[in-house]
Amino acid sequence: MELTLAILITVVGASTPILIAALGELVVERAGVLNLGVEGMMLIGAIAGFVVQFHTGNPYLALLCGAAAGTAASLIFGFLTLSLSANQTATGLALTIFGTGFSALAGSSYSARPVTLMQPLFPADLATHPVLRVIFGYSFPVYFSFVMVVAIWYFLHKTRAGLILRAVGENDQSAHSIGYSVIGVRYLAVMFGGAMAGLAGACFPLLLTPQWAERMTAGRGWIAVALVVFASWKPFRLLGGAYLFGLVMTMELYAKAGGGPLSAVPSELWAALPYLATVVVLVLISIRRDASTNAPACLGKPFLPAN
Amino acid sequence: MTLSRRTFVKVGGAALAMPLLGSRAFAQLEKIKIGFIYVGSINDNGYNYAHNQGRLYVEEQLGDKVETVYVENVPEGPDCERVLRELAQQGCNLIFATSFGFGDSVVKVAPQFPDIAFEHATGYMSGPNIGLYNARFYEGRAVCGTIAGHMSKTGKAGYIGSFPIPEVVMGINSFVLAARKVNPEFTIKPVYISTWNDPAKEADAARAMIDQGIDIVAQHTDGPAALQVAAERGIVGGFGQGADMSAFAPDTQLTAIIDHWGPHYLASAEAVLAGTWAPGNTWEGLKEDVVQMGPYGAKVPEDVRAAADEVKNGQIDGSFHIFTGPIKDNTGTERVAAGVTMTDAELLSMDWYVEGVEQPA
Repeated sequence: MELTLAILITVVGASTPILIAALGELVVERAGVLNLGVEGMMLIGAIAGFVVQFHTGNPYLALLCGAAAGTAASLIFGFLTLSLSANQTATGLALTIFGTGFSALAGSSYSARPVTLMQPLFPADLATHPVLRVIFGYSFPVYFSFVMVVAIWYFLHKTRAGLILRAVGENDQSAHSIGYSVIGVRYLAVMFGGAMAGLAGACFPLLLTPQWAERMTAGRGWIAVALVVFASWKPFRLLGGAYLFGLVMTMELYAKAGGGPLSAVPSELWAALPYLATVVVLVLISIRRDASTNAPACLGKPFLPAN
Repeated sequence: MTLSRRTFVKVGGAALAMPLLGSRAFAQLEKIKIGFIYVGSINDNGYNYAHNQGRLYVEEQLGDKVETVYVENVPEGPDCERVLRELAQQGCNLIFATSFGFGDSVVKVAPQFPDIAFEHATGYMSGPNIGLYNARFYEGRAVCGTIAGHMSKTGKAGYIGSFPIPEVVMGINSFVLAARKVNPEFTIKPVYISTWNDPAKEADAARAMIDQGIDIVAQHTDGPAALQVAAERGIVGGFGQGADMSAFAPDTQLTAIIDHWGPHYLASAEAVLAGTWAPGNTWEGLKEDVVQMGPYGAKVPEDVRAAADEVKNGQIDGSFHIFTGPIKDNTGTERVAAGVTMTDAELLSMDWYVEGVEQPA
């Protein structure tokens, strides 16, 4: 029981940054833009969050600055792909490479400097309670990620602004012809994606391991991008997908470290599980004829007004 | 100074245009230029940081007589060949390839530049102008293991490994052999995470092990993440790896294994200057000061310090070798007979675990 709770807590930590970054990318893609720069924006957010935490010790300010730095990075992408109609795939990849290099440069004088972890949101009585800590033992970003799942679902499906955003992603020419600013909507979506990726990056030094290390996100931005497809662009499926990946990544380590029933499962199987699950989900999605893949119809295509 | 790879290409192109004259191998020199290539960042606080400290040491000791250049984050593969060639064409007299995985590239490139001295760290393929050098990190592991054996209350330590290569296996075995000399019931379970640098995964691996009853953590990856988790959870302690990591967990680091490549780099540089360099195969440790131990943490009591010092000094004066039999493997078979010490060749190809190591999944 105690071990199960401990595992759950580690799973939540591993899943949260992936979920936050993937939620941002989901909104970006729903607006018809494919931003492959998530990993780069996360790294920029991570170093910004780290630097602010190091100098001020205020984790909320650190998260905010991480989000702001991610937004700034996303604006480079936005300018190139939206204003100049550059190829989105190439620009996104370039953003990841830029983010990796820039964060390394910005962080070069911050090695061997630890920071303090963000404290739990709830009072210590609840946060350190042997059982209740599984619900109340986390810091702000964890609860934020859950709230955002609901908020994004509500925004996309229950609000007029969400409908416009989806329209821009499904058929940009039509949205344009009835007077919506396609480029404007896409800029806002890209900035939101950047803010979420930056915040997700800032979670690394604030939640997981209180230090700066080059490339510390280690590919999780790519998992976030893949999850959006895995979740067929739906927020609640994304929640499930992020926790499935987090669970499997964590269980691999607990299985390797432990004795008992867990270690009976070969660790190679744990390592392969997320990918097996991806294959299964994609097969299931594609045999359902009605919904096809649910991909936004204009995903990745530059918008060039017809007239 | 740092050079971008683009500059290397330019300089390399100019050098290509010049005919490569003669092979007056290893003549005496007034001044040398040394190239270093690192697999990771010099800011990793660990392995690559330590190599770079070695480079700075040479600069400090030789002053005007030396110029150094380095390229960091070089992937192990074809890209390494290109970087090696560029360094060679740029006029380096001595090139250090500091990671195991650079070996294939060094063997390919070195014959094309017979008057340049190449040295490959932790490798096994030498040549007429390829020297090998390594450090006996396992000696440091024996000191750490001694401390772990004394201080662990649960008798179980966790050990985060990168990949199950002989270098890592040797370290695990040395740690456990030393710990079991103190506490014969001592066990560890290694967890391999298939990367040298993924702090979040290192931290989660440490959490996974601590949640399942270990109270000492050791790691053979490049950063301090596991040590920080040890501090966060308040377990007995952990160890710095590659460099002193006490800044990250001042009360939790019990000691650290510090790579001190400076003296070796200096010796090679001086040999090249004097025209006496020849490809060697050095494997030095605590005695030669290439492996150093960090200061003991405040938690380590006097008697444990004395025991650890004894193991350390025994390895320095040669009276103690951790891989002296009898040694059983973890299936109970005797691998090394009583009184026999394993040879360097046996150590460098070690692919089995000693008694007390749970077979990794």
